[in-house]
Amino acid sequence: MKTDNRGRADRADAHYSLYLVVVLSVIWLGNSGHYSPLLLTFGVVSVALVVWIGRRMQVVDGESQPFHLSLRLLAYYGWLLRKIVESNIKVAACAWKGPRAISPVSGRVPCRLESDLSRVIYANSITLTPGTVTVSLDDGEVLVHALTESGLAELREGEMEGRVARLEQP
Amino acid sequence: MIDSVLAILSAVMLGLGGFFMVSGAIGLLRFPDFYSRMHAASMTDTLGSYLVVGGLMLTAGWGLPLFKLALILVFIFFTSPTAGHALAKSAQHCDLRLPGGGASTKKADNEISGSAQGPDSRDVVSADRV
Repeated sequence: MKTDNRGRADRADAHYSLYLVVVLSVIWLGNSGHYSPLLLTFGVVSVALVVWIGRRMQVVDGESQPFHLSLRLLAYYGWLLRKIVESNIKVAACAWKGPRAISPVSGRVPCRLESDLSRVIYANSITLTPGTVTVSLDDGEVLVHALTESGLAELREGEMEGRVARLEQP
Repeated sequence: MIDSVLAILSAVMLGLGGFFMVSGAIGLLRFPDFYSRMHAASMTDTLGSYLVVGGLMLTAGWGLPLFKLALILVFIFFTSPTAGHALAKSAQHCDLRLPGGGASTKKADNEISGSAQGPDSRDVVSADRV
């Protein structure tokens, strides 16, 4: 964004603000269920207030609303959901078998992802699958705690990282 | 016909969700240390709650309640790993610190010479960003 000229940055900014207005309005309408003029006015005011605060905090951008990735993100989350189900079953089995079935281990997993957004998606996905937790996200590596050694070994194979990397490829 | 299929499906999902919730609780009680207990707890807020909310969505019918349940699902999906990470990250700042926990020595040196803030404030900053 810094290298772009001023006009283009402004236009992208307006784009993201508009997108935020739409999302907030849908959430407000869906949760309210009352559509009298007075309450709708309150809704408009609160949406405007949130957008204004968000812009002041400079969090209204492609990082907080990666809608350019929407379709790919959906496909990715479909895959992730399958992983979540698998690892839930594994961890549930460990819970019933008791402490002898687990071998808690922590280690650093290299992470070659470039952008902040994809690194956060990656770390978030690791934490979302039971059995692995991202403890710390540093430059070029993540510190992961895993319930079993196989969980850590699976991350090192890098299938998840590869899928996250493909999210942002043109 | 469709109604009874939906009712059975939703009952199965609620039952399974309850099973994962109970498994999470059992893991929480039986596992030996803080980090492995966290893994058990993450079962209750992933598949456990997805199945329970999903089962409720099947019986909600078309309307606002369905939309609200979907919103709950989305918010759980994005907030629970954030909370889990915050928990693990704060454990790094006390006795529970993992053996490989600190940034490698070379990096820590750079950090200290590069800024007047020291390594601890760097941790706080990166926790904020995540």
